[in-house]
Amino acid sequence: MDLDLILRVYPFFLEAALVTIQLSVLTCILGLACGALGASMRLSRHAPLRWLAAGYVSVFRGTPALIQVFILYFGGPQIGIQLDAFAAGTIALGVNIGAYMTETIRGAIVSVDRGQTEAARTLGMSRSETMRKVVLPQAARLMIRPLGVNINALIKGTALVAPISVVELTYTAQRFIGSTYKPFEMFLLSGLLYMAIIYVAGQGINWLDRRARIT
Amino acid sequence: MGLDFTVVPDYFGVLAMGAVWTIAITVCAGVLSFFGGIVFAVSALYGHWSVRLPVRAFAWLFMGTPLLLQLFLIYFGLIQIGIDLPAFVAGVIGLGLHFAVYNSELIQASILAVDKGQYEGARTLGLSRGQTLRRIVIPQAVRAVIPPMGNNMIALLKDSALVSVIGVMELTLAAQQAISRTYRPFEFYLAAAFCYYVVNLALEAGLRHVERRIAASR
Repeated sequence: MDLDLILRVYPFFLEAALVTIQLSVLTCILGLACGALGASMRLSRHAPLRWLAAGYVSVFRGTPALIQVFILYFGGPQIGIQLDAFAAGTIALGVNIGAYMTETIRGAIVSVDRGQTEAARTLGMSRSETMRKVVLPQAARLMIRPLGVNINALIKGTALVAPISVVELTYTAQRFIGSTYKPFEMFLLSGLLYMAIIYVAGQGINWLDRRARIT
Repeated sequence: MGLDFTVVPDYFGVLAMGAVWTIAITVCAGVLSFFGGIVFAVSALYGHWSVRLPVRAFAWLFMGTPLLLQLFLIYFGLIQIGIDLPAFVAGVIGLGLHFAVYNSELIQASILAVDKGQYEGARTLGLSRGQTLRRIVIPQAVRAVIPPMGNNMIALLKDSALVSVIGVMELTLAAQQAISRTYRPFEFYLAAAFCYYVVNLALEAGLRHVERRIAASR
């Protein structure tokens, strides 16, 4: 273990960790938006919307996220989408995790007891009122934990933008392994930073879950 | 530059070879992660502390870090300590260890959930501790978690794309090779995605079949 080296290079890793945090936050926001849209389409009354959302989930969950990043970043310019690596990575990863979040959110909504919907409708609430005032508030509580699992995966998934040269934690580790030949030290340094980020995100999820719980 | 998919069939052979290697990696890493998962689970639960603690630390480290980072560690780390493995083997070890940790978590929970009476019954019949684990507890525990381990296999298939980064010749790298000759990234990555999707559907169908068999044999 080369402590001197670690002390010399850690500022680069802290900077890279900031990029990983930015990637994680933006990917999470985009993923939640895609997930909410996807879930509402999956539960729509209109069959074509349901098929479209089912296709989205199946294709984006059925192919590697790395390939999705590559298609957008390297293939995008061919169809007139020119993005820098950070933007392409964020969008590709966000849409990818959105497919997983679609299923999470849908799962939470359908697991709200049917009687709730029936009772609200019987009381004269419209379909959208029932959804907004009765089903969603209950589903929101149920989806916090499983979304936390998605977010945990998403934070580790941000490493996939390293191959398109976004200077985040994994890319930085790779670069320093190449220049110092100390793979273990670099792994430990970046790994502990990843775990710190995941830990903080997990604490946030726990806090939300406690707040949302009905006591 | 527009799209032109007519170049894709020229590289059908390259992509097909890549797909075969992707399947080979998935199968090898899958087998490693299955048995590795059992070994990790048993040593994390029943090992001497000098085994248990390192295994738990390793699992903690591998659950909290990205697979890509682990692949770099294994590939460059092995070279550094003088073991120069082919990229394929390094990739299989990296993927296998990563998923072994996830399988181990499933198996540990499952071992603890096996009815205590099974254990007591076996011990009463004169089986040793090791025999009881090997013949009675582990078979039941592993069988119960085959469906979730199947989900890990599906994740493994998709994550096998990551070993292209350390130079393993599989589907993703095959597509990259075709791209470096034709400058058509969109077409070839899409073709590769299509191949992954098809293999993924086949794997899912296979796993559903296995799940039904297990459910029927209960």
